Amino acid sequence: MLSDYFYLEEVGHEKGDLIKGLQLIQQKEGYVSDDAVKAVAANFNMAEAEVEGVLTFYAQFKRVKPGRFQISSCDGTACHIKGTPLIQQWIQAELGIKSGETDKEGRFSLETVACLGCCSLAPVMAINGRVYGKLDRKGLVKILNEYKKMD
Amino acid sequence: MAQIKRIKVGVASCGVAAGAEAVMEALKRNAGDVPVVGVGCIGHCYAEPMVEVETENGSVLYSSVKGDDASAQKILSLSEEGRFVIPEIRSSKEALYVTKLAGRIEPCNLEEYKANGGFSALKKAFSMKPGEVVDMVKVSGLRGRGGGGFPTGMKWSFLAAKQVPEKVLIMNADEGDPGAFMDRSMMESVPFQVLEGMLIGAYATGATKLFIYCRAEYPMAIKHLKIAIAKIQEAGLDRLPGRENPLEIKIKEGAGAFVCGEETAMIASLEGKRGTPRFRPPFPTDSGWNSLPTAINNVETFANIAPLINMGGEAFAAIGSEKSKGTKIFALAGDLKYPGLTEVPMGVTLAEIVYDIGGAERGSVKAVQTGGPSGGCIPAEKFDVKVDYDSLKELGAIMGSGGLIVIGKNRCMVETARYFLSFTHRESCGKCTFCRVGTMRMYETLERICAGEGCEEDIAFLENLGPKIRKGALCGLGQTAPNPALSTIRYFRNEYEAHVKEKICPSLVCPTLVDLTLDQSKCVKCKLCIRSCPAGAISDGFVIDNAKCLKCNSCLEVCPKKAIKRVPRGQGFNSNNK
Repeated sequence: MLSDYFYLEEVGHEKGDLIKGLQLIQQKEGYVSDDAVKAVAANFNMAEAEVEGVLTFYAQFKRVKPGRFQISSCDGTACHIKGTPLIQQWIQAELGIKSGETDKEGRFSLETVACLGCCSLAPVMAINGRVYGKLDRKGLVKILNEYKKMD
Repeated sequence: MAQIKRIKVGVASCGVAAGAEAVMEALKRNAGDVPVVGVGCIGHCYAEPMVEVETENGSVLYSSVKGDDASAQKILSLSEEGRFVIPEIRSSKEALYVTKLAGRIEPCNLEEYKANGGFSALKKAFSMKPGEVVDMVKVSGLRGRGGGGFPTGMKWSFLAAKQVPEKVLIMNADEGDPGAFMDRSMMESVPFQVLEGMLIGAYATGATKLFIYCRAEYPMAIKHLKIAIAKIQEAGLDRLPGRENPLEIKIKEGAGAFVCGEETAMIASLEGKRGTPRFRPPFPTDSGWNSLPTAINNVETFANIAPLINMGGEAFAAIGSEKSKGTKIFALAGDLKYPGLTEVPMGVTLAEIVYDIGGAERGSVKAVQTGGPSGGCIPAEKFDVKVDYDSLKELGAIMGSGGLIVIGKNRCMVETARYFLSFTHRESCGKCTFCRVGTMRMYETLERICAGEGCEEDIAFLENLGPKIRKGALCGLGQTAPNPALSTIRYFRNEYEAHVKEKICPSLVCPTLVDLTLDQSKCVKCKLCIRSCPAGAISDGFVIDNAKCLKCNSCLEVCPKKAIKRVPRGQGFNSNNK
């Protein structure tokens, strides 16, 4: 329902604020659904394809619903040379998900991000925005277990 | 014991990641009436969480503080234990002009910023004519800190020359270069200083609209800037002399596209479009955001303005090297002892930064990557190079925004180049064919080489394609994307040749060229490795089957006896090769 996205009113109808509108939707819903695309297109008086064009251009926007715990694995340069590929393998071993996937229960999802800007603590990841640094296998498993318990 | 006046905890993003919030809570619980406040980052990230205790006899620093009551009590009693002193060898090389207040004051406290000389530069600028301010920036020789190195004064003079009622000044805070975090730190730690530079810029150029384009991955920076802007507006500092209306100041959050650091792409993104660059001319100072004259400066450039105006153009020009004036903040990360931020005068050598400031051990370093995915690798033999815009270019690297990743002896340079190309081919916006297709081809070739499926012609192919991408791309992303591959071939050709000729990865990094083996003589049969293996590749007899092994290093990490190691492919057991 388009009326579900009534809050788009607060960004107004200026085309220059399209990205802001999409960010607001993602902030509220966690992702941008097909219905949301329709609502945004109507709000800014644009074609859906135009909205989709902008949406898919930017890495920040998700088109599928993420898990309750969103893991952002940093693959910036420092993290990469300090072992991001290994960390993602370990996450896969623990949770059974690869980058871009959400587990069956909708609990964890994993995404690779360019850089969280905490390079001196490499390798790092963030879960729902909280950053964890200097990861090794033991630390990683411990953190994931804490989240499993929290759920 | 000296009277404690105030306790400051570094709670910038990296401090928080290291556990500073718990430290702050513990101190608050135990401090009684002594104020405990959060500050930004002083750049010594390796020592986080950090606490600074202000006493009547000066400050005492504590490093790697734990978030429990016992640790808090120790600090409150000014214990000798855990004290942190900035190493002499480091402080003697540094020159803190721009980062002087970072991590020393409360980020969003306008009064404290003013008490430390804040907004004195704005006042001084207001006593001059706008043209005089532009001239002072010209005399200083300040060049853009975002990577391009364009003279700031010149850019401002272009914008100032436009006689139109509305002009735009944008702060580029889309620090997309993985490995650089000085802009984040400045915005989190001293938002007023960054904004003061912007206000001076608006006064000098006649800009009426100020936009800050900040990447969404930096929530704390955005928060601090928002608070600071509100306080500036409240205090009326956004009203410039001779102007009827206050400045329009807006923060726009980027949405995760590296190419948006390029100025015309950023303008497109600010207009709500796909962030693709366009042909120049017209340059943004002629026609930028919504066709208005627009100038874009980097966060660090703006952070330089207030100190510059305070000390005057000539004094600023006296710092640094012949063609690169002032200081530069570098973000050190990777294989070194003291990662963090450091501000040094332009023209210090790479060796001084990596070994003296960064504490990397001589002989343990293979190369340094400067300028992120747009930059190049500089081998350790060339570390006597003076770090400024022009010298680094000669070596096939660039200064970029100032990220310095130290690459240790145990890393593979081909894999590093593959990593950078995986980044740039993904981030290529797709507008120019050479960049869109060319970076993809380079990436695929490097993937093949890392997988042991490369041939000798592949190296020549990369060397041939690289310069063509450079020529055929509109913007900085494509023009510099081949650098990591070309510079690693230039300095580490032997590693490439080992991959393609002998099919070995000399650093034992590339997974398909590596086997894992378990040394039975060291093994204590604790079975930790068997339990940790996600692939079930380790038998009950403690033999690793490399046909199943994912090379994930799980067993290697858990083994208490270090009995497992990586060896060249073919030297381990593989059930497929019976």
